[in-house]
Amino acid sequence: MSLDADEIKKIAMLARLQIDESDIPSYVTNLSNILDLVAQMEAVNTDGVIPMSHPQEEAGQRLREDIVSEENQRDAFQAIAPATDDGVYLVPKVIE
Amino acid sequence: MSAVDNNWEVVIGLEIHCQLATKTKIFSGASTAYGAEPNTQACAVDLALPGVLPVFNKEALRLAVKFGLAIGAEIGMRSVFDRKNYFYPDSPKAYQITQMDLPIVGIGHVDIDLEDGETKRIGVTRAHLEEDAGKSMHGHVAGMTGIDLNRAGTPLIEIVSEPDMRSAKEAVAYMKKIHSLVQYIEISDGNMQEGSFRCDANVSVRPKGQEEFGTRAEIKNINSFRFVERAINHEIERQIDVIEDGGKIIQETRLYDAEKDETRSMRSKEEANDYRYFPDPDLLPVIIDEAYIEQIRSELPELPYEKKARYISEYGLSVTDAASITASRVMAEYFESVVNITDNVKLSANWVLGALSAKLNKEECEISHSKVSAEAFALLLQRIADNTVSASAAKDIFDAMWDGEGDADEIIEAKGLKQISDSSAIEAMVDEVIANNMGQFEELKSGKDKLMGFFVGQIMRASKGKANPAQVNEIINKRIKGE
Amino acid sequence: MSDIKSDMYHLDTLAELSVKLQAGEVTSVQLTEYFLARINKYNDELNCFITVTDELALADAKAADEKRNSGNAGPLTGLPIAHKDIFCTKGVKTSCGSRMLDNFISPYDATVVTKLKQAGVVMLGKTNMDEFAMGSSNETSFYGAVKNPWDVNCIPGGSSGGSAAAVASRLAPISTGTDTGGSIRQPAAMCGITGIKPTYGRVSRFGMIAFASSLDQAGPMGQSAEDCAMLLNAMTGLDEKDSTSLDVATENYMTDIDRPLDGLRIGLPKEFFGEGLDEKVDSVVRESLEQYKKLGAELIDIELPNSHLSVPVYYVVAPAEASANLSRFDGVRYGYRCKDPVDLYDMYARTRGEGFGAEVKRRILVGTYALSAGYYDAYYLKAQKLRHLISDDFKNAFEKVDVIMGPTSPSTAFNIGEKSDDPISMYLSDIYTIAVNLAGLPGMSIPAGFADGKPVGLQIIGNYFAESRLLNVAHKYQQVTDWHRQIPEDFA
Repeated sequence: MSLDADEIKKIAMLARLQIDESDIPSYVTNLSNILDLVAQMEAVNTDGVIPMSHPQEEAGQRLREDIVSEENQRDAFQAIAPATDDGVYLVPKVIE
Repeated sequence: MSAVDNNWEVVIGLEIHCQLATKTKIFSGASTAYGAEPNTQACAVDLALPGVLPVFNKEALRLAVKFGLAIGAEIGMRSVFDRKNYFYPDSPKAYQITQMDLPIVGIGHVDIDLEDGETKRIGVTRAHLEEDAGKSMHGHVAGMTGIDLNRAGTPLIEIVSEPDMRSAKEAVAYMKKIHSLVQYIEISDGNMQEGSFRCDANVSVRPKGQEEFGTRAEIKNINSFRFVERAINHEIERQIDVIEDGGKIIQETRLYDAEKDETRSMRSKEEANDYRYFPDPDLLPVIIDEAYIEQIRSELPELPYEKKARYISEYGLSVTDAASITASRVMAEYFESVVNITDNVKLSANWVLGALSAKLNKEECEISHSKVSAEAFALLLQRIADNTVSASAAKDIFDAMWDGEGDADEIIEAKGLKQISDSSAIEAMVDEVIANNMGQFEELKSGKDKLMGFFVGQIMRASKGKANPAQVNEIINKRIKGE
Repeated sequence: MSDIKSDMYHLDTLAELSVKLQAGEVTSVQLTEYFLARINKYNDELNCFITVTDELALADAKAADEKRNSGNAGPLTGLPIAHKDIFCTKGVKTSCGSRMLDNFISPYDATVVTKLKQAGVVMLGKTNMDEFAMGSSNETSFYGAVKNPWDVNCIPGGSSGGSAAAVASRLAPISTGTDTGGSIRQPAAMCGITGIKPTYGRVSRFGMIAFASSLDQAGPMGQSAEDCAMLLNAMTGLDEKDSTSLDVATENYMTDIDRPLDGLRIGLPKEFFGEGLDEKVDSVVRESLEQYKKLGAELIDIELPNSHLSVPVYYVVAPAEASANLSRFDGVRYGYRCKDPVDLYDMYARTRGEGFGAEVKRRILVGTYALSAGYYDAYYLKAQKLRHLISDDFKNAFEKVDVIMGPTSPSTAFNIGEKSDDPISMYLSDIYTIAVNLAGLPGMSIPAGFADGKPVGLQIIGNYFAESRLLNVAHKYQQVTDWHRQIPEDFA
């Protein structure tokens, strides 16, 4: 399965990954090779097989009591933040 | 809207995002209390620190199932959480945990009351659980946007209607119905100002008679009933104009601007968005059994339509009055408390729907915050019923009670508002006024009924408003007859 | 046992050190200083550690000694260990081998870290690893490659390469690792040490930076099965903070570790002994199987017919989950942020473009593609279906056998740089280990000998929750062999 540069760019945009133009060819090659590898899957018939998202699929989700268990740790958390102001995280302006 | 009636049909579906009234987030133990300082209720899980994991809130499940039962819906015995992937600063994981293929609530319905008195059934396609995002704030630092993640992780149910509505009014009626319901069953405070209840509308038009739906536009984040109606109507007009001018409707998301009363296209946040849904591997399928569902069913209160029917049959209220009072559970409970004390349904209904509702509207106050309690209100009504005060005096007394001047009896005493019901006293006043206005009295006797108001007014003035108006009328009429 | 000089603590197993501590022959402070000195001496060359926490370690050691003096010590109190830099450690840099987290001081401890702290261990530092656990050679780390102590021109395996090399060179008596497609077992094999990946759900993943959520598991990497059992005892248990953590009774993995192996049925999948397996590795593994026969086991040929699909399935499922797990690294709340972003999109794209290395970006792209509109059914959904078939193969096999064995890796450690330009070739070195993660089964690697002077690992796979059995099977072999006591001459 061969991908082209445009598809790589499209996926990179979805994943918000900047890729240098000069690296695109190697991504094209590598990704195409990986897709060739996984193409082996096509050969196997999986009609009627249930997808397995989990090793322990029969166990149901555990439920948590609705009791406040976390206290305010804003200072500790924001001490490691790239940019904050008066308790809010700052990012370049978002235009709606 | 004549263009609509003649040539066009409108198709509307609503997606309502309703915050569930849990104490903690859907996947973490941080508080959901409103109004906290930014980021003081965003724990490690809410912030999506490396290595954190979600754990599902029991109460969120219970409230979602409660909602499903209240709309008569199928409950998903096995529902699955999926990741919806997109990048936005208010979404810390860059994916939202939601439910895609297997939601907790399936097909249900609500019935709305149309203006002509008919009811219409609006289908609900599904309702699912998901987490809310944080908030963006502008104007913090120049060129930057501020992000507050307190709201991130708050549990929501997203309620998706069938595209069954055919006018903005129907959409509003449906929205109000759901709003009332979620408060009734206490799964949400439905506070639109605080963002607990938000609505997106999908609107399309099609030529009358066409079966196929037209292309729809989505109007986002409407947070009041008034805006829903205006936004939808504006959108309908816009779409009709576009098509009649030969254009095509683009499937897009539009924001309603309340100030300009128009919708405008949103920046392409939605454009080419491939959400890449897949089951969240950090969470297992939510599996529930019949016993659990029945337990929740037993916890449902009397639902609005059940209450309304009971008010009509048991209390003999009119359909309109029953609908108005039962629209809000708190209102209905207030009313029932009043009736229990006064034992007078008609008087209670008139006053609750009249003076009380008018005051609440004027003060923009919710009934749950009424300054006059049901008990105090009932006492006032009893004073009307036992003729201690006239109805008009009671209005003043009510205002004074609202302003905190005391209870009904205290105010009646303090302001000397006791009605004069002593016949001889009133007769004396009537005779005096007649004596001073013989000319008009002759005209009244000979048929000029308009003057009745003049005489009643004069006597009320003379009695400083305290004469029992019914008796005044009675006595004047006696004098007219010559008694 | 070999001739142990009483104060050359790097020659002691964890169990032996525990005995010495309990006997009062040495204090935790002394042990800690000893290993810190070794790290100081050898780490520049081997590059096993990203962070060495000397002050913290000595403080913890002191506290451990005090605990011991007041009679409150447990079996692990005061023992020095190294943590893979994938576990969040409060107040200590947690980099996950990436530039993206180079400046990340974790504000909280992973559950595994907390549990081991409570058991009294002393953390020497955080070990090097492939970036975000994506790799089989520890060459993708932002902090540079790790050298294999047996041959410094060679890779130590990955992604837990630093943890494996640290134990192999005895810079730490034991370490923690994580395994998503073989990342404990394969480096254990490459470095001649013992490692175990428990059943999925046995050990909490809270605080363990996620690569592929349905595959990741933490486990001990040490000198012997006995040492691993000691550490595993303190690592397992239900964690309410991890929804995938299982509510199964915890066991003491030492209880049955010495049971005789008579009647043990060992399954040998023909797929693990076929094309692509290095002859010399094959021969070493066969010899170890002969040893098992002497211990009373029976060798039975079995088939895992869908196992050849493991690599393709893994390289869809793992990148897909990872692509979403790594989206949170966006420069907003912690970690790397690019300089002077012009707008939001630029901030995201450059932060992630600069913060992540090539292999990570490759896998994010593959994962994003596999989940994207139009491809979900053909890739992700298909892979999850095949995953079921692969799991079923094991279910069927375990009806006939008690454990499954084979080589951990098709070759011994290859040279640094040899496969780094050829991702596919790199991926294929996980061919025997991956299926175990897909099924969620427990798996181990133990040293079984040498080929061309480099260690060879024997993989032992068990049924769900059979860690005790695995450790027992490994331990009995280690009682009659001494591969696991070998130390590279340069570090002996």
